[in-house]
Amino acid sequence: MEETPHNCPGTGSAQAGRGAACQGCPNQRLCASGAGETPDPAIEEIKEKMKTVKHKILVLSGKGGVGKSTFSAHLAHALAEDENTQVALLDIDICGPSIPKIMGLEGEQVHQSGSGWSPVFLEDNLGVMSVGFLLSSPDDAVIWRGPKKNGMIKQFLRDVDWGEVDYLIVDTPPGTSDEHLSVVQYLAAARIDGAVIITTPQEVSLQDVRKEISFCHKVKLPIIGVVENMSGFVCPKCKKESQIFPPTTGGAEAMCQDLKIPLLGKVPLDPHIGKSCDEGRSFLIDAPNSPATLAYRSIIQMRLAPYSKNVSAVPARASLRSNGPPASGQSPSGRSPRVPGAAGAAASEGGSPSQTRSRRRGGGAQ
Amino acid sequence: MEAAVAEPGNLAGVRHIILVLSGKGGVGKSTISTELALALRHAGKKVGILDVDLCGPSIPRMLQAQGRAVHQCDGGWVPVFVDQEQTVSLMSVGFLLEKPDEAVVWRGPKKNALIKQFVADVAWGQLDYLVVDTPPGTSDEHMAAVEALRPHSPLGAIVVTTPQAVSVGDVRRELTFCKKTGLRVIGVVENMSGFVCPHCAECTNVFSRGGGEELARHAGVPFLGSVPLDPKLTRSLEEGRDFIQEFPHSPAFHALSAIAQKVLETPAQLS
Repeated sequence: MEETPHNCPGTGSAQAGRGAACQGCPNQRLCASGAGETPDPAIEEIKEKMKTVKHKILVLSGKGGVGKSTFSAHLAHALAEDENTQVALLDIDICGPSIPKIMGLEGEQVHQSGSGWSPVFLEDNLGVMSVGFLLSSPDDAVIWRGPKKNGMIKQFLRDVDWGEVDYLIVDTPPGTSDEHLSVVQYLAAARIDGAVIITTPQEVSLQDVRKEISFCHKVKLPIIGVVENMSGFVCPKCKKESQIFPPTTGGAEAMCQDLKIPLLGKVPLDPHIGKSCDEGRSFLIDAPNSPATLAYRSIIQMRLAPYSKNVSAVPARASLRSNGPPASGQSPSGRSPRVPGAAGAAASEGGSPSQTRSRRRGGGAQ
Repeated sequence: MEAAVAEPGNLAGVRHIILVLSGKGGVGKSTISTELALALRHAGKKVGILDVDLCGPSIPRMLQAQGRAVHQCDGGWVPVFVDQEQTVSLMSVGFLLEKPDEAVVWRGPKKNALIKQFVADVAWGQLDYLVVDTPPGTSDEHMAAVEALRPHSPLGAIVVTTPQAVSVGDVRRELTFCKKTGLRVIGVVENMSGFVCPHCAECTNVFSRGGGEELARHAGVPFLGSVPLDPKLTRSLEEGRDFIQEFPHSPAFHALSAIAQKVLETPAQLS
């Protein structure tokens, strides 16, 4: 009976399948055949595609249910409040795609055109892609093994016509597995700015998050910082604070100090967040004065936008409004949300293509 | 690998197998798995827990078993006993890691292989219940676990959700997974179902309300109960303590006991 090889040379290495550590590994034959040595041509194709995407931010956590999708969605909302900022939100949680619901886009479908798949546009400057748009029923389960999930992620990165984008935010499922390896691998040549890691205060979360941080180091993914979510709860009646998820080992603060990673901020629990997400609305607009909204805005404005190439530097400008000159020297073009013609069938099976929505939220951001 | 016909092997002495599933992460699968195991133990049963969450193995810490070593015997791996009386045993990838912060960065095939080993090569001995805790999703781990356990006729699956629609939205898909793989659903548990402020007793629906019961009704499966948010429960799990024994007056105790009772009353399926 074998134990799992701890010293895996890596599927792309010359020793793949041939090293001593490979004996007994179920992947051994595949690696030894040299299949891992040939770089996937999609990597170059994706690099080309990503040339029009200035900043790429991954939202990760080892732990499930800590608020990755909530954070990703609201980061997208906040960045897109500036009409001149083009934002793209990509949901690579293939089994549990929450983004369509949180963004109020359930039931939307994806269209194909000559230039690829069109994302679903919530606003003129906010496009979204998720496997959720490819499913015909909310009960449909995506029961796929790793290789098929990887194929979908490859398509999302290579075949979606994102256009000129300032920020691509990638929401991920929990864990350190196929989806995470694939997105890092496929974006390898395109350079990811970094990862925002979400946690809750308790050790049960932190122990998984430390693994995620270890994963980031392993694959050389820069870490922008950690957000501690569900950090305390203020009773709406008596206003006293309770720690529903107690930071028994010092919370994210202690972990970040220990691992020398920036703590971007702490967001308290607010029942309105869940409600807004369930109803597909921006919590930042629904509850502008909530401590949670203020925390989100502080994190986003102070630490994430506009995002500079230097991971450890805090951006000079705190204001969301003035974006300054784009890094590449090209100005972001105003992008039409309408799909040219209806040449391709909808990407999901069955169902007729619905109109791509283009609507504006009432009022300003704050 | 495994025979087409059920080879009893290491699961021969296990009377009932229960999978704890959810499409959604962070809803409390590991919590429910642990508390169910403890409640069944307090009802006089011998219980094993198999933690097949390879990327985020939470159970060892919840039972104060982190860092324990796994030994081998003729029949395979010896599960770790978490109590002196040896009534609760546990197997998790957490025990196989050299360092606790080490990430298990594996693709599907490697995860499948380990799960098959966990199912076939752990010498559980005589157990009344084997509770299988899973990661969120409907992917490799779930397919591997269901395929490996199918010949042993699991009692069924407990599906965990929180009340909110975002959670229910994923868990619906998990119920489809159960249907497609022929896994009977023992019932739905709604976790994090309201928080009673310890200062003023006001109940706030932190993660909305009603979703779990609605989901069970929609899917035509039993609703096993709602477990409220309970900081004593969270703290017990953090510290690896026995919540069922130590906090019988705490809000979550009643719900967890009721769920365990329903499991005890669930008859095995006729083959």
